[in-house]
Amino acid sequence: MFSRGYKTLVTVPPLAWVSVFLLVPYLLMFCYSFWSVSPAQTIIHSWDLHNYKDLLEKPTYWETLLRSMWIAARVMLFSLLLGYPLAYYLSFHAGHRKHLLYQMVIIPLWVSYLVRAYAWKTILGSDGVLNTLLRYVHLTSHPLDFLLYSPFAVVLTLTHIYTPFTILPIYASLEHIPRNLVEASHDLGATPVQTFWKVIFPLSIPGVVAGATFAFVLSLGDFLAPLLLGGPSGIMISNIVVSLFGAAYNWPLGAAISLGMLAIVVSLLFLSERLEKKWSFS
Amino acid sequence: MELFVSSGSAYVTRSRWLRLHAAAVFAFLYLPIVVLILYSFNGQGVGGFPPRNLTLDWYRVLFADAAIWDAVSNSLQVAFAAMAISLAFGIPAALALDRAQFPGKALFRRLVLLPLILPGIITGLSLLMLFNVDIVSAILKLVTGQQLSLLTITLGHGTALISVATTEVFAGLQKLDRAQEEASLDLGANYWQTFWRVTLPNLKLSIIGAALLIFTLSMDEIAVSFFLFGRDNTLPLEIWGRLRRGITPEINAVSAIIFVFSLITIVFWYRLRMRAEGSAEVGAELIEAGTQH
Amino acid sequence: MAKTFGRNVVLRDVSLEIAEGEFLTILGESGSGKTTLLRIVAGFESATSGELWMGSERLDRLPPYRRRVNTVFQHYALFPHLTVEENVGYGLRVARRPDAEIRQRVDEALDKVKMTAHAQKKPSKISGGQQQRVALARALVNRPQLLLLDEPLSALDANLRRQMQVELKSLQREVGIAFVFVTHDQEEAMVMSDRIALLRSGELEQVATPREIYSRPATAYVAQFIGHTNLLQGEVQSGVVRCGTLSWKAALPDGPALFSLRPEHVRLNGAGSAGVRMRGQILTQAFHGATELIRVQCGDGLVLVVRTQSGLSPQEQVELEFSPVDAIPVRESAERS
Repeated sequence: MFSRGYKTLVTVPPLAWVSVFLLVPYLLMFCYSFWSVSPAQTIIHSWDLHNYKDLLEKPTYWETLLRSMWIAARVMLFSLLLGYPLAYYLSFHAGHRKHLLYQMVIIPLWVSYLVRAYAWKTILGSDGVLNTLLRYVHLTSHPLDFLLYSPFAVVLTLTHIYTPFTILPIYASLEHIPRNLVEASHDLGATPVQTFWKVIFPLSIPGVVAGATFAFVLSLGDFLAPLLLGGPSGIMISNIVVSLFGAAYNWPLGAAISLGMLAIVVSLLFLSERLEKKWSFS
Repeated sequence: MELFVSSGSAYVTRSRWLRLHAAAVFAFLYLPIVVLILYSFNGQGVGGFPPRNLTLDWYRVLFADAAIWDAVSNSLQVAFAAMAISLAFGIPAALALDRAQFPGKALFRRLVLLPLILPGIITGLSLLMLFNVDIVSAILKLVTGQQLSLLTITLGHGTALISVATTEVFAGLQKLDRAQEEASLDLGANYWQTFWRVTLPNLKLSIIGAALLIFTLSMDEIAVSFFLFGRDNTLPLEIWGRLRRGITPEINAVSAIIFVFSLITIVFWYRLRMRAEGSAEVGAELIEAGTQH
Repeated sequence: MAKTFGRNVVLRDVSLEIAEGEFLTILGESGSGKTTLLRIVAGFESATSGELWMGSERLDRLPPYRRRVNTVFQHYALFPHLTVEENVGYGLRVARRPDAEIRQRVDEALDKVKMTAHAQKKPSKISGGQQQRVALARALVNRPQLLLLDEPLSALDANLRRQMQVELKSLQREVGIAFVFVTHDQEEAMVMSDRIALLRSGELEQVATPREIYSRPATAYVAQFIGHTNLLQGEVQSGVVRCGTLSWKAALPDGPALFSLRPEHVRLNGAGSAGVRMRGQILTQAFHGATELIRVQCGDGLVLVVRTQSGLSPQEQVELEFSPVDAIPVRESAERS
């Protein structure tokens, strides 16, 4: 129905932009990962895999990577535990207040990341709101150290930031479940609890997978929360990359690690896509 | 009195625990921000409990702070420019995905949607590498006198946010009745006229919604900007800089203001989308796009 | 019982008794409250006032999963993530019956609805008619005391629908369970039911067997809803009905009266009977296959609908005749607000 001219006009400009600003940069990153940096701080275009070797062999790197994955896993888990019941409540129990509450879930998403991370920083500090509150009500006598500058703080902050990300896809998939299925299940003798595990939960799995993926992938690549709240024990893999592009000037190694992260992320995305397909029944 | 039958009246069961959990999660999501705003009025500064000496001093300091105003101005420039870029390329991209077949279409779709799900650091770093290429660097220095500047930040935002524009407009296109365009062509209008008179007006709400979203996201953006900034700061970068140097309650004040603005914008966006869709599955298209990598 | 939604009264003073093993149809237009009534019996709605009893057990206080009532839903509501077999066995599994029993009963149920060959398929892979059978099997396998069917045939095309009507009826005879069937299709109700309960705007107009409801409608609404009819407005005085220029004898109290006259009881050019006669001119004619329906303009603005087998054309003059005994007195239908 549309002329070739029309189709060309709408296709070429975005294609061009995306090639220049997305495709080429990724390719560049790919190339960089094979190069090296000379002592004189210049990039040598030698092509080998030593950067990747470093990534896999030097404990600093792969330990941090594993620790980052562990932090991301915990964020994913807590986000799901917090988010799923809320999404379920919204979809099945909220009645006419559903829209308002849904809005209230979306709003934090669009409030600046920085603002929210900063808020936690002021709360968790040794002179922060939480500690002074605890002292005020005489629950503790001196500040709790682990609250700030620790992996705990990073997990807490990232959970706070990414829980709405998990709620949305789960809510969407729950909303897609026809209500007459719930009625049918009750009609056939299943209690609400049985109905949840046999009917509702299985049909919501695509949403759960999507939400979990969001939370994990975005947490893995996060570098701001660790910088603000992580302290030395809360360093994540992206922080290493940041320093490699900054003071520790080693772009090739940084590119290699980024590419490694990208590889993990993309494979997770593929995996989750397969899982979602397997569990979608409409 | 009207007699009325609903065949789908909600068969809803009640549960106390779920409601409690929901309330707790909402508290978890909102309390930190509430605390933040509260303490922006606290005379003693950040921290300490309970808050004393409620005052507007920090806001006064904030409004007198020239650097902050510069940063705000920079952010606005970047946001508007990014909006222009994202829409200029995102709308055709949505049309292309909806209507055209071409080699590499699947790859194109994934590439365009990737920034939605990818951590900002990857987008930021890859662009940094691009801007470091000799030719590109030369061009940039020619235009702005620096390699990295507000221009590079704008390019970064624009690129990352094309995905938002594409997704919103694409969703709007799906809702568009194809028959309307066919009718227009049938009645003698050519493609260009049809686009202006039929397609675009129908997409109005999607485009405005996308623009609002892009604007807000750009104003708040830090992860990509982190790698692409030069001499001038955007507001988030300015705040970040100060955070590294130490906390001042002024930051609470500016955060509170940012929160209020974001709140207003997003509620407005939500209402707009509800008018367009008539359903409460606002934002669903973004989730879908993020999961259809 | 009665049911009110906020300020909307959906059901008003509905009292109904369902006999064991009978096929009862709740018939009504959309908005009549028939679905609401069904849902109250199933347990998905609660009545504002009134009681629900099954034998000596009071039902309306129980949640749906504790009632010995099962439902066949309008759009089948099959679980998309389970196979046909798993769908059918759902109720039994939830009740934790032993595996062997489940297998046996499921096989039996599938066989009854002729879906054994499709046992391993998922609902998305079978047709609408087949889904409907699975829904039926899923409900019946639990041996409920009462089966509710919410317009189960409305999504099927005409031929399949007629076939299913016959199958459903014989199935009900076979299992001997009471079926309560909800529909807006009066032909369907007539074909399948032992009794029909006609619901209008939340109140029962008439509850009777199909024959009775057709030949002895209680109100004008019933007469018009089921089949075609002519409504004659007349005045009774001293045992004689006067309707325009027509008159006949009837043992009725004085005053205004309304009569229902079925088109098939009006004869063309009938030879010398003691009936009521009139002349008229054919206005329109509609071909219905086995018979035709013609509309005849008689005197005094009276238009009669007549069922005939002869091929006539508009403008023709005809003589009509009917027996007074076929003019059934009906009540004026109450105004519903």
